Amino acid sequence: MASITTADTASLRSSSRSARGDAVFRTLTFIAGAFVFVLLGAIALFLVIKAMPAIKNDPTNFFTTTQWSSSAYGIAATLFGTALTAVLALAIAVPVGVGVALYITQYAPRRIATLLGYVTDMLAAVPSVVYGLWGLIFLLPRMVGIDHFLAKYFGWTGLFHDPAGGLNTFPKTIFSASIVLSIMVLPIIAAISREVFRQVDPVQKEAALALGATRWEMIRTAVLPPSRAGVISATMLGLGRALGETIAVALVIGNVNRVSGHVLVPGGNTIAANIANTFGEAADKGPLIASGLVLFVLTLVVNLAARYVILRAGTEERSAV
Amino acid sequence: MAKRIETVDLSCYYGSMQAVEGVSLTVEPKSVTAFIGPSGCGKSTFLRALNRMHEVIPNARIEGTVLLDDEDIYGPGIEAAAVRRTIGMVFQKPNPFPTMSIYDNVAAGLKLNGIRKKSELDGAVERSLRGANLWDEVKSRLNKPGMGLSGGQQQRLCIARAIAVEPQVLLMDEPCSALDPISTLAIEDLINELKDRYTIVIVTHNMQQAARVSDVTAFFTLKGPGEPGRLIEVDATQKIFTNPSEKRTEDYITGRFG
Ligand SMILES: Nc1ncnc2c1ncn2[C@@H]1O[C@H](COP(=O)(O)OP(=O)(O)O)[C@@H](O)[C@H]1O
Ligand SMILES: [Mg+2]
Repeated sequence: MASITTADTASLRSSSRSARGDAVFRTLTFIAGAFVFVLLGAIALFLVIKAMPAIKNDPTNFFTTTQWSSSAYGIAATLFGTALTAVLALAIAVPVGVGVALYITQYAPRRIATLLGYVTDMLAAVPSVVYGLWGLIFLLPRMVGIDHFLAKYFGWTGLFHDPAGGLNTFPKTIFSASIVLSIMVLPIIAAISREVFRQVDPVQKEAALALGATRWEMIRTAVLPPSRAGVISATMLGLGRALGETIAVALVIGNVNRVSGHVLVPGGNTIAANIANTFGEAADKGPLIASGLVLFVLTLVVNLAARYVILRAGTEERSAV
Repeated sequence: MAKRIETVDLSCYYGSMQAVEGVSLTVEPKSVTAFIGPSGCGKSTFLRALNRMHEVIPNARIEGTVLLDDEDIYGPGIEAAAVRRTIGMVFQKPNPFPTMSIYDNVAAGLKLNGIRKKSELDGAVERSLRGANLWDEVKSRLNKPGMGLSGGQQQRLCIARAIAVEPQVLLMDEPCSALDPISTLAIEDLINELKDRYTIVIVTHNMQQAARVSDVTAFFTLKGPGEPGRLIEVDATQKIFTNPSEKRTEDYITGRFG
C-alpha cells in the first residue's frame, strides 16, 4: 500500500524522472530489436561471404552435382534428400498430428485431453539427439519387417520399390529418417492444430449439430474449414523444422549421395546430415557452408510462406466482417 | 410439415446442478409458442432439451420424456442427429459458417443429408432464402461470404439454413436479442409467415415481442438463485397478458417481479 502511494506522489511531483525512465527503456528495447536484425544480417552475410568462393571454385556445377568430395561437390543429392525426407515426414505427421489435435479438442474427455496435451508438449521438449539415438538403436532394427511389408505390397508405387531385392538388416534409409523426423515434428503440428481447433467458436459447432450433423460431420462443416490456414501454417513450421533437423537424421540416414525416389534403398543424405557427418574432416569448409546457405534460404522461404498464410487468413477474416 | 411437441415431467441437469424441474407442456403444431421468464430460469436449457442440443454440453442430462407426435425423441435407437434434423434451431447470436458463402451456408444442411445435385440444391437454396425473406436482398451475391451480411440478414440467413432441411419444428432462442429494432421487426414478420408451415417455439426476454408474435405463452420462473426453473403457467398469449391465472405471472408481466 505504502509503496503505491509513494510511487503515485512521486510521479505526480517529478514527471521528469518517469520520462527519463521511459526514454531509457525505449532505447533498450530498440537496441534489443535492432540486435535481432543485425544478427540475422550478420549470419546471412557470413554465409554468403564464405559460400561464394566455394560455389565459384567448384570444378563441377554446385547445384547439379550429386557427389560430395573435395574435387567435385554439389547439393543435388543432399537437397533432394532434404526435401524428400521432410515431405515424407509431413505426409506422416500432418494426418497424425491433426488427428491427435482433433481427438484432444473434439472427442476426448477433459482429463484425457489434458493428459494427452501434456504428453505431446513433452515430446516437443525431447532433445533431437535422443530421437536420433532412439531411431538408431530401437527403430532401425524394427524397420526391417516394415520395409519388407511395404516393398511387398506397395512396391508398385515406386516409392517403396526395392530394385535390388536387397533390403538391409539395418536400414539406414530415407524412409527411416522420415519416420524419425515425423515423430519430431508431430508435437509442433499437434500443438498448433490443437490451438487452432480450440479457437473455433462453439456457436459454429452448435450450428452444425443443430442441422443434424454427426460429430464427424460437425468437424468437417464447422471445425476444419475455419482452421485451414492455421493447419497449413502448422505444417509449414513443421516443414521448417524437418528441413533443418541435423543430428537425428545424421544418425539414421545412409549418408550416400544419391537422387532416387526409392526410399527403402539404403542410402540417401540431407544437407544438414552431410554437414554434420563431413564437417570434421573437411579441409575446406567453404562448400559445406555453401550448402548451409542453401538450407538457410530454404527454411527462410518456408517460414515466410507460413507467415504469409497466417497474415492472409487474418485479412480475409477481417474483410469478410 | 409441422408436428406437436409434448414434454412430460421434464427435468434438466448440468452435472449435479438441476436447471429445470418437472416441466409438462404441449406445443401445438402450426402455432408460435413463446417462453418468457427471468434470466437464468432455464428457458434456454429447456428449449435445448427439446431437440437434444442439451446433451452436447459435457455432463448435461435430462430426466423425463419429450414426445414428437407421440414418438419419444430420447427413446432407444433414436439418433440425436436425426432428431435435430427434424427439430431445427436458431441461436441467439447469428452464427453463419464464417468460411462459407451465402449459398453454401443455406446448402450446408442439405449437403449433410447427402443432396449433391446442383439443380436440387439451387432450388432448395432459393426456396429457403425466399422463405426467410432474404432472397431479394442476396440473390445477386449468393457466392459472397455470409459474414458480409448485416446482423439481421445473418440471422435470417441462419433461419434459411435451418428451414432448408425442412424441419417439423423450429426452436429459436432469443433470435432478436442481438439485432436492431428494424431487423427485429423483419424477423417477427418472418415468424408470422413461418407458423403456417412449422411449429415454432421462441424464447424471448422481450414481453412485447411475445405478445406480438406468439399464440401461446409459457411463463417460467425460479424461486431464487441456485434453484431450478419451473413452468408456472401456460395459456393463450392473449390471456397471459391480460388476465393470467397465477399471481407470479401477473407480477412478472406487469414488471413487479423482484
Ligand atoms: N453450459 C452450462 N453449464 C452449467 N450450467 C449452465 C449452463 N448453461 C446454463 N447453465 C445454468 O442453468 C441455469 C439456466 O440457464 P439458462 O437455461 O441459460 O436460463 P435462461 O435461458 O432462462 O436465461 C442457470 O443457472 C445457468 O447458470
Ligand atoms: Mg437463455
